[in-house]
Amino acid sequence: MADTVRIDAKGMHYTPLNRAIKAAVASGARKIELDNIMGQRFIADGLRGDVEIIINGVPGGDLGMFMSGPTCIVHGNCEHAPGNTMDAGTIVIHGNAGDAVAHSMRGGMIFVRDDIGYRGGIHMKQYKEKRPILVIGGSARAFLGEYMAGGLILVLGRKGTHPELDRGIGSGIHGGKIIIRGDVSDKHLGVGAKKDDLKGEGREEITPLIEKFCVFFDLDPASFIDDRYYLITPASARPFASKYTWEV
Amino acid sequence: MCGIIGVIDRSRKRMDGTGIRAALSRMDERGSGEGAGYAAYGAFPDFKEYYALHVFFDNLHEIKPIVEEELSKWGEIEHQEPIPTYEQPNIKKVHSPWRFFFRPDLHLMPRSTTPGDDIVTHLVMKINTTIPGALVYASGKNVAVFKASGWPEEVAAFYRIQDYEGYLWLGHNRYPTNTPGWWGGAHPFNLLHWSVVHNGEITSYGTNRRYIESYGYQCSMYTDTEVVAYLFDLLIRRHGLSLEMAVKALAPPFWDEIDQMPEREQEIMRAIRLTYGPALMNGPFAIVVANQDSMVGFTDRIKLRPLVSGELGDRLYISSEEAAIRTMEPEVGEIVMPRAGEPIIGRAR
Repeated sequence: MADTVRIDAKGMHYTPLNRAIKAAVASGARKIELDNIMGQRFIADGLRGDVEIIINGVPGGDLGMFMSGPTCIVHGNCEHAPGNTMDAGTIVIHGNAGDAVAHSMRGGMIFVRDDIGYRGGIHMKQYKEKRPILVIGGSARAFLGEYMAGGLILVLGRKGTHPELDRGIGSGIHGGKIIIRGDVSDKHLGVGAKKDDLKGEGREEITPLIEKFCVFFDLDPASFIDDRYYLITPASARPFASKYTWEV
Repeated sequence: MCGIIGVIDRSRKRMDGTGIRAALSRMDERGSGEGAGYAAYGAFPDFKEYYALHVFFDNLHEIKPIVEEELSKWGEIEHQEPIPTYEQPNIKKVHSPWRFFFRPDLHLMPRSTTPGDDIVTHLVMKINTTIPGALVYASGKNVAVFKASGWPEEVAAFYRIQDYEGYLWLGHNRYPTNTPGWWGGAHPFNLLHWSVVHNGEITSYGTNRRYIESYGYQCSMYTDTEVVAYLFDLLIRRHGLSLEMAVKALAPPFWDEIDQMPEREQEIMRAIRLTYGPALMNGPFAIVVANQDSMVGFTDRIKLRPLVSGELGDRLYISSEEAAIRTMEPEVGEIVMPRAGEPIIGRAR
């Protein structure tokens, strides 16, 4: 088996496609290039191993769901929920993505060059060394980081200077961080979220992420690094305690 | 979960059904094989002045004469024919699709400003609620509707939609969740020139249904989408709202958003919300609605269902998935996601 495997996915259903991908990984492929991808869902779902998958076209929903280890590079837009419950690995999207990007993601990284839809990072979580990261080059629509429990979402706003904001940022957030370049007004904050200027350690944390983002998309990191950022976190340690439990 | 797609050619150049069939089949994952359908505007150029009443008959010899008698009370049947169908392995022909090209006698509804439309609406409601075994599932001029229980490609082959041409097409792939899959429950839902395809559910169905029933519409299709067709007919044809305003009535901005608007706009939005409170649709939905001159797509105001659009030349595409649009038009320009509750509109010239 060659190091690089090419699969023409034209007219192929995702089941045989995923079988072909798994077979290629099992026989030692380090790079798999998928051509003519058009709406196939569940690509690389549950896939393990150290392999790079290049996706040419528009993958369907739930790209890299439960994926643990591989890198997916998408040359096109993504539909809903790339990185759904992803465990480890990287997804790089050269375009936009739909709603619920990084849905329940629990590890690994996602980099989106342009915009994402509604509810990006919904239910992201973290545990011990598992800490998922979602970097958005453009803007995110409403309810970014809804019910977020852990991990990091970074919004850069590449197209304008600053991202265009929408309502409900961090709605129901009870863990993790959302970091947004530029200004965030109170009217954009969701219930249970608070905002602060990003300082010190926080800024140090995002610098390598910005650099990584800029390497993927061939951009100059300087203007991103030198800007102002807001940090959005839960308003308290247990913001919804009284909603779901009775304190004695 | 359902899959929806619509395309309009603004110059009214017609396309056959091959493209939309391929696009809808691209979203097979969004359906369950229990319902699919298409609508084509411009499908009956030889009969474009006549209302094309499409009927599912449970049997022809007994029930069709009763429907003919009802129609003859209100006008003339210019032409009638069985809708051609072609046997498919997985489609059980439980109904006999039939079409009447009908001309209502406008003198019979003297107080109406749109007597033809009112007569046909009356007939649709009357037949669907009083003649068991007959269901009028489309009633517009020059618009054909093709639907049945099956997968998108099967339903397309069952009616051979490649033999029809339209300047505006809608397609729907159904995944029934709350009500059973049956031929009448497949989309598009049509009344007069309105056709609707919908992904999601209208949880405010009870309120909306009571509201439109107070204006004489009667629901007979056991599923929520039906009310959307009637709401559009009521708000636009009968109340004279623009498409934009109708969408604002059905999926209005939040009160806190209204508070931020310029004064004049605030006044209009408050009036719309107060007047059309019972028409407000709650729940997750993405909808494409068409009439003979336009197509509009919109989602619920917190965007719980997907909807994207793209354009190429005179053509505007709206769909649940980008891949479906690209299947129909590989050269399509930038794919955009309309904001929650914001209409995206294509108008034919």
